[in-house]
Amino acid sequence: MARTPIDAIAQATPDSIARRVRGLSDRAIAWIFVAPSVFLLLAVNIFPLIWTINLSFTNFKANRSRDVDYIGLRNYERILTDSDIWLNMQVTAHFLFWTILFQVLIGFALAYLINKKFRGNNLWTTIIVLPMMLSPAVVGNFWKFLYQPQIGLFNYVIAFFTGRDPSSFEMLGSVSLAPWSIVIVDTWMWTPFVMLICLAGLRSIPDYIYEAAEIDRASKLRQFFTITIPMVLPFLMLAVLFRGIENFKMFDLVVQLTGGGPGSTTELTSINLKREAFEKWRTGFASAYAVVLFVTVFGLASIYVKALNKVKER
Amino acid sequence: MSSFSVTEPSQKTKWFAGILVVVYALITIVPLLWIIATGFKSPSDAIAYPPKLVFEPTLEGYVNLFTTRTRVTQETLQELGEPTTWYDRIVRQYDMVIAGPSRYGERFLNSVIIGFGSTFLCILLGTAAAYAFSRFRVPLKDDLLFFILSTRMMPPIAVAIPIFLMFRQLGLNDTHAGMILLYTAVNLSLSVWLLKGFIDEIPVEYEEAALIDGYTRFQAFYKVVLPQAATGIASTAIFCLIFAWNEYAFAVLLTSGTAQTAPPFIPTIIGVGGLDWPAVAAGATIFLVPVVVFTILLRKHLLRGITFGAVRK
Repeated sequence: MARTPIDAIAQATPDSIARRVRGLSDRAIAWIFVAPSVFLLLAVNIFPLIWTINLSFTNFKANRSRDVDYIGLRNYERILTDSDIWLNMQVTAHFLFWTILFQVLIGFALAYLINKKFRGNNLWTTIIVLPMMLSPAVVGNFWKFLYQPQIGLFNYVIAFFTGRDPSSFEMLGSVSLAPWSIVIVDTWMWTPFVMLICLAGLRSIPDYIYEAAEIDRASKLRQFFTITIPMVLPFLMLAVLFRGIENFKMFDLVVQLTGGGPGSTTELTSINLKREAFEKWRTGFASAYAVVLFVTVFGLASIYVKALNKVKER
Repeated sequence: MSSFSVTEPSQKTKWFAGILVVVYALITIVPLLWIIATGFKSPSDAIAYPPKLVFEPTLEGYVNLFTTRTRVTQETLQELGEPTTWYDRIVRQYDMVIAGPSRYGERFLNSVIIGFGSTFLCILLGTAAAYAFSRFRVPLKDDLLFFILSTRMMPPIAVAIPIFLMFRQLGLNDTHAGMILLYTAVNLSLSVWLLKGFIDEIPVEYEEAALIDGYTRFQAFYKVVLPQAATGIASTAIFCLIFAWNEYAFAVLLTSGTAQTAPPFIPTIIGVGGLDWPAVAAGATIFLVPVVVFTILLRKHLLRGITFGAVRK
């Protein structure tokens, strides 16, 4: 047997310790292996969460060191009755609905086409996947350049095909277009993700099902609706879940692209939360806001997962 | 599969599908190519109308990205004599001299340190935890696994408030160590889930054979399981690295100076008289190209990783 560092260590270790190490039960090893991860997650995820919940009942401001008073549920009352926050929720809902719709339609269509296994499909898949690997903040920043009214490539291309003046519309500056500008960039960036998951779904359908359908003389259209769609549906729903959670948390891309403007037409809840917490320094209020958002995501995700499991069972 | 198979698409279908996909791929790649091209334009070419497809490439954007410059009078320029280097020559065209390096180099280095540091730690902890979850009967296993996964649902800004306060108390604000710990924690859930999937695929019999040969559990893990899981570990590492590399929300809230990474820095690159688009584009290009190269080289593992992680969950 070759001498490896671990043998060297094993031989250098005094016999008593070596016996103890060797004698470690599987149970002890399991704990040694799992504990650091659990500890780190507790320290950096769970402890802060509990702290947030605690802060949400106070009027604490992180930039001032005055006495902290517990004010009960007043922060929550304010959030649920604040019309601005409802507006932000609406903006987020608009963003979520349209990005997911476009990504599912385009993503599924692409996966369906790629699954036709034409020559070179791997190379083109890789190229399509590139946008989702990039840094969202940097992407937001460079799309800002593409959206510039006079000099931007996006405006130029739209103007070229519609015959309008490229400086006649501002994607980022106009109240009606700005919500769509963020939908376009998010769709560009994340359609590949939905596509990849759909592709995994399509590839998981065994050929013999189609062969059987063919023998039964089911038309291609019928095969598509009775085999392909139902078999891919669980995968598609999973993709929607991931995109939903991610886009509900959306911050970096949009903050770089529009900063929430003009006005607050693209101010998603995360951006609003950042303003409350790190610009207005209403730490207590922002904590309550964070809790409300977290409960919303968690609640919606749990309901959705139940629905997903039902679909899978069928 | 034989060519008579009913599930094999016809040549016509393949051509049709191929053309549509290629058209989409070409459209989707245009913004990225445009940014790379803008990095090599002069400031006036970058904002030309109509947009210039053909232009004289220059490294001005890159020089502006890596240096700070000051404007000087004609007399001073004359006193300095002929420019000695190619980058001096570029700057002199605008009556300027190079005053020193910009902060981009430092920010980029921070991204490298924090990215690799957190990836290393994440793989270390993740592999151990994944091995234990895969091979041993850990009490409350399913609960722990779900707990690990659920930590991913929290919006970063929501966790950022207490982390900001906690880091302030511990003196970890704006430090490499703080950011490495934070990114490790954020990535750990994904890495444990992915790695558990990979280790599950390795037959237990290999280790059992090793144990019978007199290996300890540690040795079996180290010499038998790790080499087998190497591909899985590598692709998980790439995921962790890309995430840490791209992260913005925590970086912008928790770092401002010494430990700031590139994503919050790139948008702040401002030239004389407004935004210097070629320099911004150059910064973005240098930052994005490693990821693009990684993706192309490791596409097989990456694509598997994305769907694998999703489908497993």
